[in-house]
Amino acid sequence: MSAISMILVVVVAFFAGMEGILDEFEFHQPLVACTLIGLVTGHLVLGVMLGGSLQMIALGWANIGAAVAPDAALASVGSAIILIEGGQGTKGIGSAIAVAVTLAVAGLFLTMIVRTITTFIVHIMDHAAEEGKSRIIDMWQVISICLQGLRIAIPAALLLVIPSSEVRAVLNAMPSWLSDGMTIGGGMVVAVGYAMVINMMASREVWPFFVIGFVIASITDLTLIAIGALGVSLALMYLALDKGGSNGNSSGNSGGGNNTGDPLGDILDAY
Amino acid sequence: MAKDKITLTKGDRLHVAWRSTFIQGSWNYERMQNGGWVYALIPALNKLYKTKEDRAAAYKRHLVFFNTHPYLASPIIGVTLALEEDRANGAPVDDVAIQGVKVGMMGPLAGVGDPVFWYTVRPLLGALGATLALSGNVLGPILFWVLWNIIRWAFMWYTQEFGYRAGSRITDDLSGGLLKTVTRGASMMGMFVLAALIERWVSIKFTPVVSKVTLSKGAYIDWGKLPSGTKGIREALTEQANGLSLTKIQTTTLQQNLDSLIPGLMALLLTFACMWLLKKKVSPIIIILGIFVIGVGGHLLGLL
Repeated sequence: MSAISMILVVVVAFFAGMEGILDEFEFHQPLVACTLIGLVTGHLVLGVMLGGSLQMIALGWANIGAAVAPDAALASVGSAIILIEGGQGTKGIGSAIAVAVTLAVAGLFLTMIVRTITTFIVHIMDHAAEEGKSRIIDMWQVISICLQGLRIAIPAALLLVIPSSEVRAVLNAMPSWLSDGMTIGGGMVVAVGYAMVINMMASREVWPFFVIGFVIASITDLTLIAIGALGVSLALMYLALDKGGSNGNSSGNSGGGNNTGDPLGDILDAY
Repeated sequence: MAKDKITLTKGDRLHVAWRSTFIQGSWNYERMQNGGWVYALIPALNKLYKTKEDRAAAYKRHLVFFNTHPYLASPIIGVTLALEEDRANGAPVDDVAIQGVKVGMMGPLAGVGDPVFWYTVRPLLGALGATLALSGNVLGPILFWVLWNIIRWAFMWYTQEFGYRAGSRITDDLSGGLLKTVTRGASMMGMFVLAALIERWVSIKFTPVVSKVTLSKGAYIDWGKLPSGTKGIREALTEQANGLSLTKIQTTTLQQNLDSLIPGLMALLLTFACMWLLKKKVSPIIIILGIFVIGVGGHLLGLL
């Protein structure tokens, strides 16, 4: 890997780290992070494919309240670097995903460290506020974001320092039953993300939509966009009918509103 | 008097909206988004308050605990801008009123943002992009990134303006049920597409052979009797199109039996198992690692 590529990889890692906390531009999503690393190292297609596979697994990873999600930023950046240094091409994707899951856990601890450091930073902000100095508050906000960037950039740089020959040696030493098994596991692991999402959204009202979606997907060749369009239409029809029917309104609302699966309803009722 | 009225221009509001992109930057365990919140408001506060004392009071007022969904902070920022503007122009808006609006809105709005953005829009766009990306198509990531940021920015700017115009009246609009309807609709749409994704993308293939049947003559292609060269290939393809088997012995795997019930059944059961484990408070990381172990183990035993 050339020096320019290495610098660019660290830059990409920095952005992914920032986004890991900001959650705005989504540079930390595997689809984007792996693609960018592939782009700067000259393995664009490989990066895109790894990003696609990892994205499927990470679909349900989200920071909600107290629930701690695996860290997508470190997982994407780290596994992409290892995949490209390993030089196994698309065959290495299975084991790269297994590496990614391990890194996702490691990333959690790094996040906790930075979030503890920022606790001290807001106290500096308090002091600046006391004196009415907005520039200093601005500066510390930027420093905090940079710390989050470094959280991923430093591990990425360390991975780059390891000579690619050693990465290759470790990956080649892996027997084929292990890497094949990892690939099979990778195909199933996707279910965990979906399960997380369903647990958050499911209520008695929406289960029929799930059943219809499953049946349509399994017996037709409709593309995802077609299925998405059907889903929007069905939801709109349901809501319109619910509003239009004089009886349907009250019964539908009580079904959706009192159910524990509807977080907004519960909060609004309590509020 | 009217000439002295300070108003926030569209430029000021855009500046605040841009800065609110970084609201989670100094997320901390003590007061969560407070640093990012005051960082977002600083351009407006500096315009509204000119003396050092007023500014210090304003910064401190906004450094208290705050946490909501990062995009749903936008309508709250809009309302806060309206309140601070009134206050700077001499209206009797006290600290308690501003805190009340912030705290009153952040809980319910976080409840909207999570299901709509994290559980519907992002999985949908992510799955759409990933489907393209799996075959190495660069359009996948580009589509995901562009669509996501258009939706996100449009939402943040529009809702901040909405909050600014509505001012403190927004709490009435919120309980009007519109947000509730949006959340319900998003959940329906989300569940529908999720089910399709499970069927398409969770892959489990059981390899054990259930039965081997030797086919009668004429039910398979007799390779020995085919004419040689391209003629033979044509003949073989025609015979296969007529439903003849490629081999003399027809094998049926466990997977084929399961698929005849409904394709994707095992994927569905696996998902239900994961949901159950998650409800039992098993960490998702443990489940993920467990599935890898099952994958390797199952492969070694010849099951998968």
